Amino acid sequence: MGTKTSFDFAGNIEGALKDDQLRRNLRKAMDILVEKRHTVFPDSNELQQLRAAGNAIKRRALQQLPQLLEQLEANCTANGIQVHWAEDTAQANRIVLDIMRRHEAPAIVKGKSMVSEEMHLNHFLAEQGIEAVETDLGEFIIQLNHETPSHIIVPAIHKNKDEVATIFHEKLADTPYTEDVEELTAIARRALRKRFASAKVGLSGVNFAIAETGTLLLVENEGNGRMCTTAPDVHVAVMGLEKVVAKLSDVPPLLRLLTGSATGQIITTYVNMITSPRKNDEQDGPKEVHLVILDNGRSRILADPQLRETLLCIRCGTCLNHCPVYVRIGGHAYGHVYPGPIGKILTPQMEGLERAGVLATASSLCGACGEVCPVKIPIPDLIRRLRNESYDQEQTAVVDGGGYKQNLAETMVWRGWELANRVPAIHEMGTRLAGAMGKHLPKVGPLKQWTCVRNTPRLARSTLHERVRNEGVSHE
Amino acid sequence: MPPRTNGDQPNKVYFFGTCLMDAVYPDAGIAAIRLLQSQGVEVVFPPQQSCCGQPAYNSGFVKQARAVARTQIQAFAKPYPIVVPSGSCAGMMKHHYPDLFAGRKEEAAARRFAGRVYELFEYLVTVLKATFEDRGDPTTVTWHSSCHALREMNVVQHAKTLIAQLKNVTLVELARETECCGFGGTFAVKQPAISAAMVKDKVADIRRTGATTLLAGDCGCLMNITGAMAHDGVAVEGRHLAEFLWERTNGH
Repeated sequence: MGTKTSFDFAGNIEGALKDDQLRRNLRKAMDILVEKRHTVFPDSNELQQLRAAGNAIKRRALQQLPQLLEQLEANCTANGIQVHWAEDTAQANRIVLDIMRRHEAPAIVKGKSMVSEEMHLNHFLAEQGIEAVETDLGEFIIQLNHETPSHIIVPAIHKNKDEVATIFHEKLADTPYTEDVEELTAIARRALRKRFASAKVGLSGVNFAIAETGTLLLVENEGNGRMCTTAPDVHVAVMGLEKVVAKLSDVPPLLRLLTGSATGQIITTYVNMITSPRKNDEQDGPKEVHLVILDNGRSRILADPQLRETLLCIRCGTCLNHCPVYVRIGGHAYGHVYPGPIGKILTPQMEGLERAGVLATASSLCGACGEVCPVKIPIPDLIRRLRNESYDQEQTAVVDGGGYKQNLAETMVWRGWELANRVPAIHEMGTRLAGAMGKHLPKVGPLKQWTCVRNTPRLARSTLHERVRNEGVSHE
Repeated sequence: MPPRTNGDQPNKVYFFGTCLMDAVYPDAGIAAIRLLQSQGVEVVFPPQQSCCGQPAYNSGFVKQARAVARTQIQAFAKPYPIVVPSGSCAGMMKHHYPDLFAGRKEEAAARRFAGRVYELFEYLVTVLKATFEDRGDPTTVTWHSSCHALREMNVVQHAKTLIAQLKNVTLVELARETECCGFGGTFAVKQPAISAAMVKDKVADIRRTGATTLLAGDCGCLMNITGAMAHDGVAVEGRHLAEFLWERTNGH
């Protein structure tokens, strides 16, 4: 058999579960985020209508994705935005690098962008001698500490105030230790202002790209996004190709769903709508705007009518906030850029099942993610689909690495289970045998895992089948 | 028994016992059957029944799940309502059987079958309009909602309606009632460390209520939580609500 899982998931989980500070930080933060979302969507009927609308808009966009992307390119180009297509992350990185080189820029100031994380852009640029400066406060904190985001919206959510204070004190020159939040924010602001002022190139993500107008929409709360997209002479926006929507009128419901689900806000402090570089009669703004549209496996996901639903995602992160697994292990344990429920379905499709299919096992299928998803992605169904693909019993797998988990031992167990539950005589024999063994079931295999924290289930002396027969319940 | 007022109720219902109730909690199964009988309906228990198929369905073994699901569809062939003492198994049969047989010759049968599935407390409250009179001593309980009763079947309110009918029973709700207990079928053994952390937190939440009894409507959750409580010597008894209800009211 032999698997090529690219990371030590079990080890990561064990480490995270033992880290009491991490678990306290996560629980506290997730409770706040869940509560804030609850407060901003008080009317559940209204929320259901809004979710249905969001789902319909995104679904429609995916149905006509090639046309919408062409339209987006045409309208962006007409507006003076230079559009680049990247098949994979290597191409996307190359495009950014070429722009940097052309402008002889030694550094890039970055607004928060998960696609740039997906590209591992910072690492790539560092290898080329270019410094990437994260300017989102959370990203700034973790970059100082040489970490990656642990959450797609609030990247430093695994850290508490005291830990941030320590990081600033240790990693920023001439910074006295302080736990005062105002002062900590001021420290970050002072450090970042200098970078904004000197940067030649700024980078941002894209929340929605509007095809009919060629507009890039970006939400944020700190103003660093606006800085990155306006202060430097060059703005590079990176987006996954599923971020395109048809019309400007599609935006209000999606925006309400995004900010409400992500941070419990009716609207973010900044909503940037970027439709062109600086025009001749304008005083400021970037002289060049580039849009890099990344595929990186998305077209393949789009091709399957069920898996396609993964691409409805607007990256609000609320599935993470509501997930009983994420709240206990945090984002780093997932070992990849996108953690939590959305990561469990997206990452195996991007990376292949062999490398990342194990993520799909980390769900009790409790359904909390699907219940809150603002665009109604049936995440539990997709997790189940990936589990099916991992064994690929019916040779129908479409995800790379389909069938990687096929193994005789597990298949025999389930075949035996099937037989016992399909043939009444075998069923009866099986339950009698188990009943006779009572509490003396051998603690091997699954039962060994079960009994680490639980007592062995005590099998009844007579089964319900026997009891109903003896107690005169009708058989038909 | 009081005279029945709901004249349009069917006089026969099927009972699907669930595999866990069959092997581990038959007393709860008998109690559930007695509760239904106390409301004047005849309960039919097809002996060919076994498991709803969910363990395989959720573990990537869809072929075996389908074979076992087919057995249930055949065993419950007559057009009686199918009453299921588990939100999770009911959710599987009502919401996933149609998907399991989509595009296959049994699809229509699976859909008809799914349309007849009710969770036990849902059936008692919404169809049989059952009311019970508490004859037990004063006690304090807490209630655990199974994820599938809550999110797939949306039936938790019916269990609570029945608990509220028991005048000597005080219900103290869990602080995190809607959070999964960590069972998740094979999840508990495929991701044992995460599952363990989840059930430990659930037990702590239960202890904080001060209740002496934990009630649940799903044997999977019950087995998980009571197993963890017994392991840690927590003196809270876990019961299926059907058993608790029958014991305190005898169907009156």
